[in-house]
Amino acid sequence: MTTVEWSEAVEAPRNPDDHLVLDVRNLRMRYGTVDVLNGIDLTAQRGEVIALLGPNGAGKTTTIEILEGFRLPSAGLVRVLGVDPARGDERWRAQIGVVLQSWRDHGRWRVRDLLSHIGEYYAPYATDQIQRPWPVDDLLAAVGLTAHANARVSRLSGGQRRRLDVAVGIVGRPGLLFLDEPTVGLDPAARREFHELVHRLADLDHTTILLSTHDLAEAEKLADLIIILANGRIIAQGSPDQLSRRLTTDAEIRWTCDGQRHVHATMDATGFLRDLLREHGDRVQELEVRRANLEDAYLALVHEEETGIRTGRAERVWQQQEENR
Amino acid sequence: MNPKTTALRAGLRRGGIELRSTFTNGQDLWNYFFPTVVLLVAVFFMRGATVPGTDFSLGARTLPSALGMGLLFGGLLGLAQHLVVDREDGTLLRAKAIPNGMLGYLVGKLVLVSSVSMIGLAIQLTPGMFFLDGLRLGDPSAWLTLAWAVPLGLVATLPLGAMLGSLIENPRNMGLVVLPVMGLIAVSGIFYPISGLPGWLQGAAQVFPLYWLGLGMRSALLPADLAAVEIGGSWRHLEMVAVLGAWAVLGLVLAPVLMRRMARRESGSRVAARREQAMQRVG
Repeated sequence: MTTVEWSEAVEAPRNPDDHLVLDVRNLRMRYGTVDVLNGIDLTAQRGEVIALLGPNGAGKTTTIEILEGFRLPSAGLVRVLGVDPARGDERWRAQIGVVLQSWRDHGRWRVRDLLSHIGEYYAPYATDQIQRPWPVDDLLAAVGLTAHANARVSRLSGGQRRRLDVAVGIVGRPGLLFLDEPTVGLDPAARREFHELVHRLADLDHTTILLSTHDLAEAEKLADLIIILANGRIIAQGSPDQLSRRLTTDAEIRWTCDGQRHVHATMDATGFLRDLLREHGDRVQELEVRRANLEDAYLALVHEEETGIRTGRAERVWQQQEENR
Repeated sequence: MNPKTTALRAGLRRGGIELRSTFTNGQDLWNYFFPTVVLLVAVFFMRGATVPGTDFSLGARTLPSALGMGLLFGGLLGLAQHLVVDREDGTLLRAKAIPNGMLGYLVGKLVLVSSVSMIGLAIQLTPGMFFLDGLRLGDPSAWLTLAWAVPLGLVATLPLGAMLGSLIENPRNMGLVVLPVMGLIAVSGIFYPISGLPGWLQGAAQVFPLYWLGLGMRSALLPADLAAVEIGGSWRHLEMVAVLGAWAVLGLVLAPVLMRRMARRESGSRVAARREQAMQRVG
């Protein structure tokens, strides 16, 4: 019903592109009267690593769960491997890997038993190009759990357990892998190992990966494309490089003039300085030009989301770059 | 191979693995053996008393009835408990993320729960043979009756367990099911014949499967002449098949609907929310 309501207001999504691994147009999600997702557009090519970055409550998990087929969207066009996830059959499911945040499930199983058990389900979906499942010993080696192959799952440390979660997610050699906040609760060493694993998957197997995180550094490290979500909207996207390059246009200039402090934010720092010095000359003292970096802008955004106080600064920053594109 | 067949086989193996691990786990073994010991002690002290109107040992009558009760506990409460716990900890969500994983999960669970029920039955019956007189364990016809009555009991109770397990989201609400079952035990002639109860209560008890499960086990294990003290003076196998069959049909029609609904609603954020809740209970 909501679909009908919206389809009047919003232009109908274009036709899906079958060559894309992910093709999302104008995705919307509404709980009651609250819009959780406000028109997300997103596409992914084979082998791409995409990070959904945003503060808690931005809509990352909802987006991923819709793409996984675990949740129905209110409106919009969603194609995952060319199929609407709401109608995805078991063959479709076999090509998707979902890395869940485990807690205490299968605690009594031994690591090797669990992986070979789950692998069995994928055997009928092997193709000439892709051997399924991933042989357990190779998989254990790939995720660094060989030494713990016979350990009970409940005995694993947090980091080892997360690696097992990844192993379960990739045992069927998925073409597309979803990771929802994969490094929450990991210590720095485990986090680093996890990052290496993600790189290996993307590089060696050309697995398309969609991951969510609220850690900018992690997104920068892992992703080809970062999509920044806030309030259910995409406020910025681009490669880590593009994002930071775009942001360097915004600078904060501080100086004192006749003992009085001034602060000015501008996109054209050089032009502003030229005018400033021409006008006031030697009276300008303690001049300081500071370029806002990606982290500043992102932190401003997180701060707004978490305090609920919207100064609009964060969104202004992102919007400026959008215009600059 | 056909993916469904593969999942079915994987499910059978899954049941086997979980069965092995439950019988090597101290906590689980305690849960299986402790009630057995309590039951056997109770039956031991009842062995001198007699079934009213006969000189047959009340203890020897109670043991088969309690085996019927065990089927209800195992099939209904056992499966429901597994479903509720597996939903809370994310086992079910994992199954959902695997192709045909739900099928494999369910097959595995049925293998596990029915095996545990039958093993439990053997654990309770074996020691009883040594101090109870009158159980006709040497009679092939007793085993023949068990061979159809036990599976029928499981087919009647397992789908009900699946339904309850699908409906209950919070493990703490399992108590809501256990309490009525306790009441049902009191009126279903497990520990004492119900011929002394008011007629309407007898009638009500006979609507539910528990009475018939107890009767079925008694009909298998007790001498034929004890049928005389049952309602209607007979083992009433036809009525038993009819009532248990009706429950089985009801369960087999409704359970898949409820289970599908439950499975559809599972997602990572729901599991995370339950984890959050459980952490608060602990902390």
